[in-house]
Amino acid sequence: MQAAEVGGLSGGSMADPLLEAKDLAKHYGSVEALRGASFTAFEGEVVSLIGDNGAGKSTLVKCLSGVQRPDSGTLVFGGREVVLDSPVAARALGIETVFQDLAVAPDLDPAANLYLGRELRKPGVLGMLGVLDKKEMRRRAIASFEDLGVTLQSIDVPIGSLSGGQRQSVAVARSVVWASRLVFMDEPTAALGVVQRERVLDVIRRVRDQGMAVVLISHNMPEVLAVSDRVEVLRLGRRVAKFRAADTTVEELVGAMTGALSQEDA
Amino acid sequence: MTTPQRKPLLQRLAGTNTLWIALVLLLLIAVFGALRPDAVLTVFTLQTTLVETAVLLVLAVGMTFVIITSGIDLSVGSVLVFSGVTSAMTMNALSGGDATNAGWGVVAVGLLVALVSGAAWGLLNGVLIAKAKIPALIVTLGSFGAALGAGQLISNGSNVSGVPNVLSNNLGTGTTFGVPNLVILAAVITAAGALLLGTTRFGRHTYAIGSNEEAARRVGISVTRHLMTVYLLAGVLAGLAGFMATAYFRVASITGHDTDNLNAIAGVVLGGTSLFGGAGSIVGTIFGVFIPAVLRKGFVIVGVNVYWQPIAVAIVLVAAVWFDQSRRKARDQR
Ligand SMILES: Nc1ncnc2c1ncn2[C@@H]1O[C@H](COP(=O)(O)OP(=O)(O)OP(=O)(O)O)[C@@H](O)[C@H]1O
Ligand SMILES: [Mg+2]
Repeated sequence: MQAAEVGGLSGGSMADPLLEAKDLAKHYGSVEALRGASFTAFEGEVVSLIGDNGAGKSTLVKCLSGVQRPDSGTLVFGGREVVLDSPVAARALGIETVFQDLAVAPDLDPAANLYLGRELRKPGVLGMLGVLDKKEMRRRAIASFEDLGVTLQSIDVPIGSLSGGQRQSVAVARSVVWASRLVFMDEPTAALGVVQRERVLDVIRRVRDQGMAVVLISHNMPEVLAVSDRVEVLRLGRRVAKFRAADTTVEELVGAMTGALSQEDA
Repeated sequence: MTTPQRKPLLQRLAGTNTLWIALVLLLLIAVFGALRPDAVLTVFTLQTTLVETAVLLVLAVGMTFVIITSGIDLSVGSVLVFSGVTSAMTMNALSGGDATNAGWGVVAVGLLVALVSGAAWGLLNGVLIAKAKIPALIVTLGSFGAALGAGQLISNGSNVSGVPNVLSNNLGTGTTFGVPNLVILAAVITAAGALLLGTTRFGRHTYAIGSNEEAARRVGISVTRHLMTVYLLAGVLAGLAGFMATAYFRVASITGHDTDNLNAIAGVVLGGTSLFGGAGSIVGTIFGVFIPAVLRKGFVIVGVNVYWQPIAVAIVLVAAVWFDQSRRKARDQR
């Protein structure tokens, strides 16, 4: 088998990764979710993070998007060492995340969820008083959803009354609308039908082509191979292998996930 | 691809509890009005009903915010008493023991003391709930007892009289163009609350936190600070309510407020605000607060034993919550 060549696949100088996490550890009580996990993402690439259930993928994403603090380890983003002590810190760096549990407010409508925490305010005095520009948010949300191929019968219903797949599509839309450098997507296609899945994969490619990094977590190996430039494998809280998607196979990925294969330098 | 269309206003309203509860209120008024048109549909009946409900409405506005965050505040009635007592005693102290003939300056200090007293209890609730993460039910059950106890300690367990006449004659029982001043104040507070909740970022975040606290946190809303502010707001409004009650009754009473909290909660929930958080409105709260009031008034006028009133309220209340619950269940089972 082939060790992965580190480096993005599009563009020129690819020496420096956009994001480099080293030796992250995180435990919940006695459960060690991450045991020295490392992870790398380059600009302009789709990198898939795969691993068995409970391997620590979601925990890694939470640590890298400021939702949880790792117990130890270092994080370098854009060439500088950073500490992500809150989701706001991650967002300030241009990092957006689709969480596995979606993290949407079910009682609010899709536009409100899209703009949650970044509400547009009316111009002038009203805006200073905190009055929302609901019309403008709604208008732009409709445009974003249309642009990203999210189909909703009605935009004025609470998101909780949408189907699981529609909710997921809204969460994906929210992440790519706001991201400027890196998007984490934790199983963004898990609940999607064939058409919507293709749309999300298209969106992922589009975001990559704009020069951002996309980190995709998925259990669907053909999907991983279809959309990724690279694949990193997590097992028992540690990175055990890195592959270039073009040079690997489903068998190899599965072998790395289950521990049948391992790379020493991963 | 189809662009999603906005449904007409009426259709959107029909899906909410607010419309139904408004219809219930109208129905009640119509029934009582038909039974005794001479007594029910009079300016006097309207005025007294409004005045008697004004103080409760102010409490319920704060309670609406609290319940939308999926919290609860059992302390409002006791904070009302505490604030009334501290306010009246301060006004007395500033006037050599009896403030009956005191001027506006003293009244202004009294108002400030009432608001600060309410704010202090609200902040205490907020810190314990949002920072220490103790359940709101427990925290405010504690302050429900403590605020009343503190009020009784300060006043030696008796009502505080000596309320300035200028206060009682103007805010308490005065009218402007036939509308009681107390009602005008309550209406202003309610309108401000409705705008805050319905049109601002603060309101939007209140809904978001009640709907999914973790999601709110992950989009960068400072949940802890927001919750503290919401309980602070409920406390300040309870303080104001204490000041209003003192003005109206011409005495800072330490009794008669032990079920204010439950009445406020009932009004809010009747008005379609969900105890699960994330949904509700001030407009609904207005309807919800007036249903028990209209029932009580109506029963008195029509000659039904008033002891039926709490039973009737209970039935409507349970029906409203059941309706909300089954609606949510249907939605979450998708
Ligand atoms: N909040 C938590 N409290 C306690 N244990 C947790 C928590 N979150 C995750 N864990 C544990 O950490 C380990 C890794 O979980 P994680 O959710 O990161 O796995 P995953 O790779 O995303 O799995 P899946 O593919 O099923 O989503 C699991 O053993 C899990 O039980
Ligand atoms: Mg996961």
